[in-house]
Amino acid sequence: MTARTLYDKIWDDHVVHQADDGTCLLYIDRHLVHEVTSPQAFEGLRMTGRKVRAPEKTIAVPDHNVPTTLDRANAATMTEDSRIQVEALDKNARDFGLHYYPVSDVRQGIVHIVGPEQGWTLPGMTVVCGDSHTATHGAFGSLAHGIGTSEVEHVLATQTLIQRKAKNFKVEITGSLRPGVTAKDITMSVIGQTGTAGGTGYVIEYCGQAIRELSMEGRMTVCNMAIEGGARAGLIAPDEKTFAYCMGRPHAPKGAAWEAALTYWKTLFTDEGAHFDKVITIKGEDIAPVVTWGTSPEDVLPIDGVVPSPSDFKGGKVEAAQRSLDYMGLTPGMKLTDIKIDTVFIGSCTNGRIEDLRAAAAILKGQKIKAGMRAMVVPGSGLVRAQAEEEGLAQIFLDAGFEWRLAGCSMCLAMNPDQLAPGERCAATSNRNFEGRQGRGGRTHLLSPAMAAAAAITGHLTDIREFAPEHV
Amino acid sequence: MEKFTKLTGVAAPMPLVNIDTDMIIPKQFLKTIKRSGLGANLFDEMRFTLDGQEIPDFVLNQPAYRRAEIIVAGDNFGCGSSREHAPWALLDFGIRAVIATSFADIFYNNCFKNGILPIVLPEDVVAIMMEDAQRGENARITVDLTDQTVTTSDGQSFPFEVDAFKKHCMMNGLDDIGLTMEKAANIDTYEAKAATARPWV
Ligand code: SF4
Repeated sequence: MTARTLYDKIWDDHVVHQADDGTCLLYIDRHLVHEVTSPQAFEGLRMTGRKVRAPEKTIAVPDHNVPTTLDRANAATMTEDSRIQVEALDKNARDFGLHYYPVSDVRQGIVHIVGPEQGWTLPGMTVVCGDSHTATHGAFGSLAHGIGTSEVEHVLATQTLIQRKAKNFKVEITGSLRPGVTAKDITMSVIGQTGTAGGTGYVIEYCGQAIRELSMEGRMTVCNMAIEGGARAGLIAPDEKTFAYCMGRPHAPKGAAWEAALTYWKTLFTDEGAHFDKVITIKGEDIAPVVTWGTSPEDVLPIDGVVPSPSDFKGGKVEAAQRSLDYMGLTPGMKLTDIKIDTVFIGSCTNGRIEDLRAAAAILKGQKIKAGMRAMVVPGSGLVRAQAEEEGLAQIFLDAGFEWRLAGCSMCLAMNPDQLAPGERCAATSNRNFEGRQGRGGRTHLLSPAMAAAAAITGHLTDIREFAPEHV
Repeated sequence: MEKFTKLTGVAAPMPLVNIDTDMIIPKQFLKTIKRSGLGANLFDEMRFTLDGQEIPDFVLNQPAYRRAEIIVAGDNFGCGSSREHAPWALLDFGIRAVIATSFADIFYNNCFKNGILPIVLPEDVVAIMMEDAQRGENARITVDLTDQTVTTSDGQSFPFEVDAFKKHCMMNGLDDIGLTMEKAANIDTYEAKAATARPWV
C-alpha cells in the first residue's frame, strides 16, 4: 500500500461515494451548530419536510450573540435580532432532537471549546460547523473545517458534504520552544511566514517536536488559526496526550469501545515517505513571542521589533500596509512595546481554555491592571469558568481589576454587546485583527494570554520575557 | 425540496391581475433570518389592517379558504421584485400550486426551486377553474403533474405544459440536497460499514 498522510487516511475512511470527476461525498461524524449560521438551514429542512439525518451526531450551542455579562439571564441584555437568533437555535435544537447546551446550561460555551470538552471531538473523525474556526478540532487528528449555511443544511439532511480533496501541507516545528513562547506564538509565526493565503487549497499537518511537546489545549490553539493561514483545515496526529485528554469525557467511548477506538486511533499518523505537496520547517527556538501590528493575521512581528514601514513590503502589500498603519494609528519605526493599550480581552476559541486562564493569572497574581484600563476575561465555557473559580484564578483576575465574565464569544467579534469604540486599542487573545472585527474603528493586537495579562498591567504591549522572567 | 406529483385541494380564487411580490410578502418582512414563518404575513397588507385585524373580505381570511393549497389568479402573477420570499411565504402558508394565465419569469422559476408548481392555462380554462374555486371548500381541484392535467371538482380535465427537466426535478423533489439524497443507499451502506469499523463514533 502506498504511504499515506494523516489527511489521506481520514479522507479515505470517510468517502461515501466518488464521482468520475473526483467529487466525493464525504461522511460527517460530528456536526456542530451555533445560532448565527444555522437558522436558514433549519428553515430549509422544515420547508422541505426533511429531518436531521443523524441528530445524535449533531451538537448545538449558542455562543456568538450571547451576552457574557452576569445579568444575561435577563433577555433585555440582548438586542432583538440576537435574541431571535438564540431562540431560533433553542427551538431548532429541541424540534430536531439535537444534543443541546442552552445558555442556562453550565456546559454552554464557545462551540469549539464545548466540542472537545464534552468528548464529541475524537481522533480520526470528520467534524464540521458553520464556522471557520472549526479548524480547532484538528488538534485531535480529526479532519475539521468550516462550512456555509447551505452546506449546514446539506449536512443536517444527509450527514455528508460534497467535497474535493485538498493538497497536503506539512508544517514542521522542530526542537523546543524558548521560555515565554507559547502555542499562540507558533501559530501566529507560521501565518507570518506563509501569509494568509499560504494554506489555500491545503490541509496543514503540524508536526515536529515542538508540536509534540504542546498540551492538547496548546495544539487546539495552533489548529484554531490554520484558517487564518488560508488552510481548509489543520491537523495534528493523535498521541498519548490526545488519548489521555479524551479518556473519561462524557461522550468519549468507554470500556471495550475505548480499547477498540484506541487501536484505530494509533493508526492515525502520516506514513514514512508519504507525499506532501508543500513543506515548511521552522525551528522552535527561532520563534519569539509575537504580536500583530496591522489588520491581517499575517501582520506578525516579534514583540521586540518595531512597526514596519510600507516600504518594507512589495507589490500590493505596500498599499495594504499603509492602510493598516492608518487604521491602527501607528507610525513606522515605533517600538511595538511602546504601543499603548486601552483594553485587554482574554478569551475566544483560540485562548479561552483553562490553561490560557492559568497562564494569564500567573502573570496577574498580586498585580493590578493599569489605572483606566478596561480588561475582561471571558472563559470559553461554563465548565472552564467553574474550574477557574475552583482553582482561585477568578479571584486573581477580580483582584487585579479584570471583569470576570460568563462564557461566550464576547469581544472576539462585534456581534454581542462587547465591542470596541472607534479608535479603542485592544490587546486580544482572539484570532482576527480585521478592520472592525471587534467593533467599528476598533484596533486589535493579537497575542498570547500571558502577554495580554502583562499589557493589562503595564498599559502597553509588553515583552513577557522581560516583564515576568520568573513565569516564562 | 418536497416531491410534487399530485395534489387535490381547496383552491382560493384571486381574480386579480398583476399580483406582485410586494403584495405577496411586503418588504418589512424581508428582514427575517428565516425562510419560513413568512406564511403569517402572506399577502399581509391585503389580509390585515394596520393594527393587525383580519380583513374579513380577503379570500384567505374566509373560513372556506383558510387551508387553501392552490391559488387561481389573474394574469401576470408574481411580477415585481425578484424576492424569493414570495414563494417562501406561499409555501409556508401551505400553497403548493398556482394557476394563472401567465407568471412573471423570475417568480415562475423561484417557484420550482421551492416546490411550488406554477401552472399556465389559457384564459377560458382559468375562467373555469376560477368559477370552480369560487364554490368553496367542497370544490377541490386536482393537479396532477405526472399526467400534466388539472381537474375541476366535477371532473373536467385540462392539460398543461411544463418543461421536462423542471418536471423531473419537481417530481423527484430534486435540489442540491435532493441530488445527494439520491445516493441515500450509498450513505446507508457507508453508515453500516462504519458502525462495524468504528462503532464508537
Ligand atoms: S470565539 Fe471568535 S473565532 Fe471563535 S467561534 Fe466565537 S466568534 Fe468565532
